[in-house]
Amino acid sequence: MNESKPILEAKNLEVRKGGTIILNVPFLLIPKGEILSLIGPNGAGKTTLLQTLSYLFKPFQGEIFFKGEKVNANHSVFEYRRKLAMVFQEPLLFDTTVFDNVASGLKIRRMKKQEIRRIVMEHLDQLGMGHLSHRSARTLSGGEAQRTSLARAFAIQPEVLLLDEPFASLDPPSRESLIEDLERILRQTRTTTIFATHDRLEALRLSDRIAVMNGGKILQIGTPGEVMNHPVDEFVASFVGVETVLTGRVIKRNGGTFVVSISGKEIEAVGEAHLGEAVILCIRPENVTLSIHPSKEATSARNVFLGKIVKITSLGLYQKVQLHCGFPLVAYVTHHSLEELSLREGKEVKVSFKATAIHVVRKKEK
Amino acid sequence: MKINRWIILWGIVFLIFISLMTPVHAQQKTIILATTTSTQDSGLLDLLLPIFEKKTDYFVKTIAVGSGQAMTMGQKGEADVLLVHSPAAEKKFISEGYGMNRRLVMHNDYIIVGPSEDPAKIKGLKSSSESFKKIASAKALFLSRGDNSGTNAKEKDIWKAAGINPEGEKWYQQTGLGMGQTLNVAAEKKGYTLADRGTYLALKKNLGLDILVEGDAILLNIYHVIEVNPAKWPKVNAAGARAFADFMVSKETQEIIKTFGVEKFGSPLFFPDAGKKEEELGK
Amino acid sequence: MVFGYWDLGGVKMDLILEGIKKAFWLLITFDPEVMGITLLSLQVSGTATLVSLLIGISVGTAVALSKFPGRRIVISLINTGMGLPPVVVGLFVTIFLWRNGPLGFFRILYTPTAMIIAQTVIAAPIVMGITLVAIQQLPPKLRLQILALGATRLQMVWILIKEAKLPLLAAVMAGFGGVISEVGASIMVGGNIKGYSRVLTTATVMETSRGNFDIAIALGIILLLMAYFINLILTQIQQRERSR
Repeated sequence: MNESKPILEAKNLEVRKGGTIILNVPFLLIPKGEILSLIGPNGAGKTTLLQTLSYLFKPFQGEIFFKGEKVNANHSVFEYRRKLAMVFQEPLLFDTTVFDNVASGLKIRRMKKQEIRRIVMEHLDQLGMGHLSHRSARTLSGGEAQRTSLARAFAIQPEVLLLDEPFASLDPPSRESLIEDLERILRQTRTTTIFATHDRLEALRLSDRIAVMNGGKILQIGTPGEVMNHPVDEFVASFVGVETVLTGRVIKRNGGTFVVSISGKEIEAVGEAHLGEAVILCIRPENVTLSIHPSKEATSARNVFLGKIVKITSLGLYQKVQLHCGFPLVAYVTHHSLEELSLREGKEVKVSFKATAIHVVRKKEK
Repeated sequence: MKINRWIILWGIVFLIFISLMTPVHAQQKTIILATTTSTQDSGLLDLLLPIFEKKTDYFVKTIAVGSGQAMTMGQKGEADVLLVHSPAAEKKFISEGYGMNRRLVMHNDYIIVGPSEDPAKIKGLKSSSESFKKIASAKALFLSRGDNSGTNAKEKDIWKAAGINPEGEKWYQQTGLGMGQTLNVAAEKKGYTLADRGTYLALKKNLGLDILVEGDAILLNIYHVIEVNPAKWPKVNAAGARAFADFMVSKETQEIIKTFGVEKFGSPLFFPDAGKKEEELGK
Repeated sequence: MVFGYWDLGGVKMDLILEGIKKAFWLLITFDPEVMGITLLSLQVSGTATLVSLLIGISVGTAVALSKFPGRRIVISLINTGMGLPPVVVGLFVTIFLWRNGPLGFFRILYTPTAMIIAQTVIAAPIVMGITLVAIQQLPPKLRLQILALGATRLQMVWILIKEAKLPLLAAVMAGFGGVISEVGASIMVGGNIKGYSRVLTTATVMETSRGNFDIAIALGIILLLMAYFINLILTQIQQRERSR
């Protein structure tokens, strides 16, 4: 699916604002057809990276290559930009009809009226907005407006689509529905897409690769599996949703596994860490199992502890259970399990997780 | 389709404004005549100028301002010819070399008007300075134009002759307005004022003020035409100025002046005097 | 009507009625002098408004969209210019256009052209100031979105101006209103010459000073009517965009 030639390549990108460096990306390569998401907290540099990649923002230094050719002289910047489309968090529609909005990119390119009509209606239908083409943009709901903005972007048939937190302002049902439609269109058209979001579930769902950013830098870039399950450091770990992050030293080694001492308890993990080494253990809450009959259940988990439930928070589909087993631990359970096990704050339960489910971050790894 | 409609609309607008391109008058054919508001308001120039323009192909730009400003325009070379009625200032103008060929054109007169109740009891008096004395002693309301116009200058002369300085007195009010407006203010406030006969006659119907004093020699209002000296200001249209001045004193023009206003007001507004000596007037 | 004594209230009503009757009469009979004066008012003020639109919208948009040292000063100058006293403008334009003044060789003092110049100086800052604010209060990311759609800088500016249509039409009305009603500058630089540079406002002043209040009121009414109709058309355009 991904051709070998990258469609977009950036080298040594640096952006400064008032003397401080707010973006520093030494290298970024995006193959054609890939959907890459940028996740990170506010101020991480996601928007800056998007705007710099589209040359809406001039970098202090660095080069961008589009299909192998360098983008810099004024003329080629303009040509390059015409091959991109960008959608922002706010729809930023023009004060006219839905049709005219979607047609605006095409009018700018001086396309013929017949052609425009055909393309606009096609894309409006694709996003389920065909029946609203004559409506004034002012009368649209949030979801409808954002759909129009997307249709406007798709109408110019961009080679690269850039989205800057496009669903952030929508209510959940609109967001859900729009993500579905967007996914479908992106798979169909195989448009190279870069989108920024601070919702990691969105990223997980739509992306071929995820890049985690903070402080203007890309901390880690890889497939969702890589990033989610093998975060490269604490920050990435916490950002991608690893709730339990523990630091300790290796006290024993057993062939392919080792034991780490944390607050007096011993946790076994898989890996190559040396004796005495300081390591970080990341345990995803989905991988923690809770039960209430310690002796009766056989489990293949090596790590079994007694824990007291400190707090239970509802996260909608899941319940987040915070425990203390000598060290803090977070587990997700279904509502059903909560009921079944009669879990409540203060209760003591058996906690277990497999050694293989622990992701080890060695300080030297970076 | 929508675009075309806009183009048509703007096209029409553009055409309307193209029609604004009034023919630019050749510079040699333009004369700037500085005169006073009361002269213009009499309507005499509206009658005479078209005749002049037709005859000579000149275009006369009449700038009607106060006497003071008219003289200043002449001093600065911003006007080509003056038609004014402030003899003292005119003489100074000539002696300082700004003007030449000062020629007598016509005269009219001023009258003292006021409410028919006449609280200062000046009706029928022959002397204007006496009348002013009586107004002052009665502390009767007097409206002055207070704008350095010819009328204002004449009024000040009379106060001087009466030996009175009315400045600052409560009954002496200065409007700073034109003659017509000042008359209206005087009428409304039932006060006295000095007016030129022409403006008074024009407004008489709706005014409600009576003529109380007239005929005094000092009340004569004498008009001269003066050409601005091209030696001081080479840019003035000397030829045009000469043509206009000649026209004003010509026999045909003087005839027209003689009968101007008779039809409308029963008596002429001006008395033609070209060729006479200033001292002879009023007898 | 009048029995030698004035009744203030009665006279004023009478005068206004006389004025209305006169206005009606002058219009119905297409009195040529009044028609000429009205047409000239429209031409002079209309041209001045158009020119000041061109200057005002381009400068206003340029200042709104760019950053440069001294920008604040320029903006406060524009805002001050919005309230320039017309007579002061008239005075300065006159001094420049005097025969012996710096631009005297153009010989345009006491012409409608001079009036257009003066009125443009009065209206341009008004249009500039309103345009400035109109463009500034568009969503800041809109500029980026337009560029991201592939627009050239020129296309972007044009689209932004279209987006600000509502306040910009208000700017047109403000500019036009300011100059159609102004008299100080027009009298000074135009000279109020009959059949040549006399417009409704200057004619009204002249008739008032002559004491011909009925004619003055009539001219005033005609001026109001004309201003109303023009603004009616402009308002239609402005509000029609609203309801779409």
